[in-house]
Amino acid sequence: MKKLLLFLTITLITILLPINTFASVNLTGAGATFPYPLYSKMFSIYYKATGIKVNYQAIGSGGGIRQLLSKTVDFGASDAFVDDKGLKNFPHKVVHIPMCAGAVVLTYNISGNPFLKLTPELISSIFLGKIKKWNNPRIKELNPSVNLPDLKIVVVHRSDGSGTTFIFSDYLSKVSKEWKDKVGRGKALNWPVGLGAKGNPGVAGLIKQVPGAIGYVELIYALSNKMPFASIKNESGNFVKPSIESVKLAANTTLPDDMRVSLTNTNAINGYPISGFTWILVYKDLNKAGLSMAKSKELVKLLWWMIHTGQQYAESLHYAPLSPKAKAKAERIIKNIKFGNKTLLK
Amino acid sequence: MKEDKIFKTTLIMSGVFIALLIILILYSLFKGSYLSIKQNGFNFLTGKEWDPVSEKFGLLPFLVGTLLTSVLSLLISIPFALSIAIFSAIYLKKSFTGKILNYLTDLLSGIPSVIYGFWGLYFFVPIIRKLEISLGILPYGVGIITASLILSIMIIPYTSSIAREVINLVPSELIEAGYAMGATTYDVIKKIILPYAKSGIFAGILLSFGRAFGETMAVTMVIGNSNTLPKNIFSPANTMASIIANEFTEATKNSHLSSLIEVGLWLFLITFVINFIGQTIIKKFAPEGGK
Amino acid sequence: MNPRKKIFKDNLFKFIIMIFSFVSVTPLFFILFQIVRNGISSISINFILKLPKGPGESGGGILNSIIGTFIIITIAIIISVPIGISAGIYLNEYKNRFAELLKVIVNVLQGLPSILIGIIAYLWVVKPMRGFSALSGGIALALMMLPMVIKSTEETLKLIPHSLKEASYALGVSYKDTILKVILPSGFSGIASGIFIGIARITGETAPLLFSAFGNPFVNLNPFKPVDAIPLLIFNYAMSPYESWHKIAWGASFLLVAGVLILNIIIKMAGEKWKVKF
Repeated sequence: MKKLLLFLTITLITILLPINTFASVNLTGAGATFPYPLYSKMFSIYYKATGIKVNYQAIGSGGGIRQLLSKTVDFGASDAFVDDKGLKNFPHKVVHIPMCAGAVVLTYNISGNPFLKLTPELISSIFLGKIKKWNNPRIKELNPSVNLPDLKIVVVHRSDGSGTTFIFSDYLSKVSKEWKDKVGRGKALNWPVGLGAKGNPGVAGLIKQVPGAIGYVELIYALSNKMPFASIKNESGNFVKPSIESVKLAANTTLPDDMRVSLTNTNAINGYPISGFTWILVYKDLNKAGLSMAKSKELVKLLWWMIHTGQQYAESLHYAPLSPKAKAKAERIIKNIKFGNKTLLK
Repeated sequence: MKEDKIFKTTLIMSGVFIALLIILILYSLFKGSYLSIKQNGFNFLTGKEWDPVSEKFGLLPFLVGTLLTSVLSLLISIPFALSIAIFSAIYLKKSFTGKILNYLTDLLSGIPSVIYGFWGLYFFVPIIRKLEISLGILPYGVGIITASLILSIMIIPYTSSIAREVINLVPSELIEAGYAMGATTYDVIKKIILPYAKSGIFAGILLSFGRAFGETMAVTMVIGNSNTLPKNIFSPANTMASIIANEFTEATKNSHLSSLIEVGLWLFLITFVINFIGQTIIKKFAPEGGK
Repeated sequence: MNPRKKIFKDNLFKFIIMIFSFVSVTPLFFILFQIVRNGISSISINFILKLPKGPGESGGGILNSIIGTFIIITIAIIISVPIGISAGIYLNEYKNRFAELLKVIVNVLQGLPSILIGIIAYLWVVKPMRGFSALSGGIALALMMLPMVIKSTEETLKLIPHSLKEASYALGVSYKDTILKVILPSGFSGIASGIFIGIARITGETAPLLFSAFGNPFVNLNPFKPVDAIPLLIFNYAMSPYESWHKIAWGASFLLVAGVLILNIIIKMAGEKWKVKF
């Protein structure tokens, strides 16, 4: 028995050690499910192009931030930017690099898959548990031509720390005082009603199965699952359907240099009101972050690629690529990422 | 002689290592919960709110969720588990069918938890949903009742194997005396075997309760993941184990993470007490060397 | 009570017990049937040799999870078997108060909910190592396997008659060699069964890996880097909305259950074959 174990250990070491010394750099990242379909595509293409393996686990924006905090990953991904108070938690300075913008859509499971119109008041009432049935007169009044069933509304929300939740609750906090007071904005909330599911995929999956369910997911999750979604009345009074165009309009706003900006409740006339950027977060000084020089170089190269070549994959997955304004700001941020006092990008 | 000394020291060291493990585990759980204990105090045990935004954390919704699912699953499983134990240990004693029954029951315990969860999600949940629709309530499908049903299937083997062993320990003289006096099998079970094996069976139930209490994967997948206090058995909920599974890697605020670890600490303490009592009863019943 | 009534009661009771027992094992057949039905269509050479595809894309395989599972389990075996057997020997050889306390501790360890082991693996390995890894997953699973190895070693050794030891001493064999070369080998079947039972249990464990192995869409042979595992894959894919991922999860479940069942059969057969009778 002991001989067998010794043999196993030695075999393991002799096989693994040489492979590792010749292995190329691997990058590890964690976070948002919001952009996961896009990142998954980007990283698989990047691997084919450069041989660099990027291991991205979509554990939710909260996970991305927490693991970056603990320095267990090389980069984090989040659709909720870290506020000033949160930034103080980090041991070193963290930068946010926007990758694209997307829409958080209200999707639901009613027979006939109708496209509904919803107002901010209706949405907050539904998620506060005040409107309980689909054939409620307030919903009917907005959608007279739809045959709304006499079905109870089942709210579905996220069970994990989610940037998508942040964007959604940020919007609701802006348009509903009651929501702001009772629940507030955040990645993990004290939801008054509803079922929880893990990740954007989990929410979409659950809604698909429960008749009468309603929840919030990133646009691509509703589209790829052939689920209907609502047009929402924006600040200007227009009912706007979520699309690349309406998200682009919402993203066309004043952008701060550190790119930490909320796009919800846009005042763009035809902008979609529940839009948001999604960011990749890294430490500004990768040496302090604990990465090797080789890894730091590769990380910065990856980020540069993602905001340039990578952008061509966004629209086919219904994300809005970065506008020239946003791209310029992102380029500046990436150029300022250093290794000690050495710049990484030439 | 010298190599014997080294050898003996190695043995003792390995024993000490195990003891150290448990101490370190307890220490880590305490250290991790310290922030939460300081901030929430005793309110943690009675708090109904789990609010990461305002950083108010209370254990009650999960304690209730865990209690409801474990107790319910226990109640459902007991008649079945005992039936298997009685059937195989008494009626089918030493027969091939009895062996097969035992084998099948063991297989039930060999199926990984995540597969119970996956299967539950796709076959049980729609059935419960149809039931809820026919009862006119919200068709969640997931919730306490679903988790309890799946859990009850999972813990049947634990109760039944301990009950089986305990029944086998009943002295055969007592049983034969019963038959000799003309008792039927039913009488013998009811009046001789069960009273004798009572405490052992109770211990088996207790250990299954402990198992159900700490079960994570299958429960997380079908319990509905709601952090509010469950209203009835059809409500979605969370257990102490499932809230940790859901939120641990993503708790960005230190207070949130610490509260999750405190939930883990309470989970440890409660399952420890349950298991300790169960093991003590079994040891009394089947002292060392007996079988 | 009149004898007819008595007999009726007796038969009724037997009947009820039989029905309940039968019903108890039917879920097993349901589960196995549905896993086979849904999973078998996914099994192919590609399934085992290819890497997974992105969300919504069809095809792809689970090579990364299969290899990851192997690596994690190997690490767990390497850590838990030597320590477990040593501790098991200790418990059998020493009969002092510390040994009694240790027995309680081993039971406590065995009863630990798996999610707590996940927390511990994160706090003890992932955080200090600044990264997720197969190693942390292996350590987590080793923690789960330890009590099983200890207990089966202790219980197997307990059954070996003292006379064997005494005969060995009488021949002048040292304590160390008596234990290692005489006693242990004669308990081989029991100890090996215990180890295999442990392996069967930890192969399907997910919770300890949630916070330690992390996952990886690529094959990774480096134990210090993240790795995927079959139960983790099933968990993630099962909760997704994509049909293609569900198919893969069923196929992976099929592999997992088949593996555990085969292990169980090996244990039963080997237990009989290798048993040294006294």
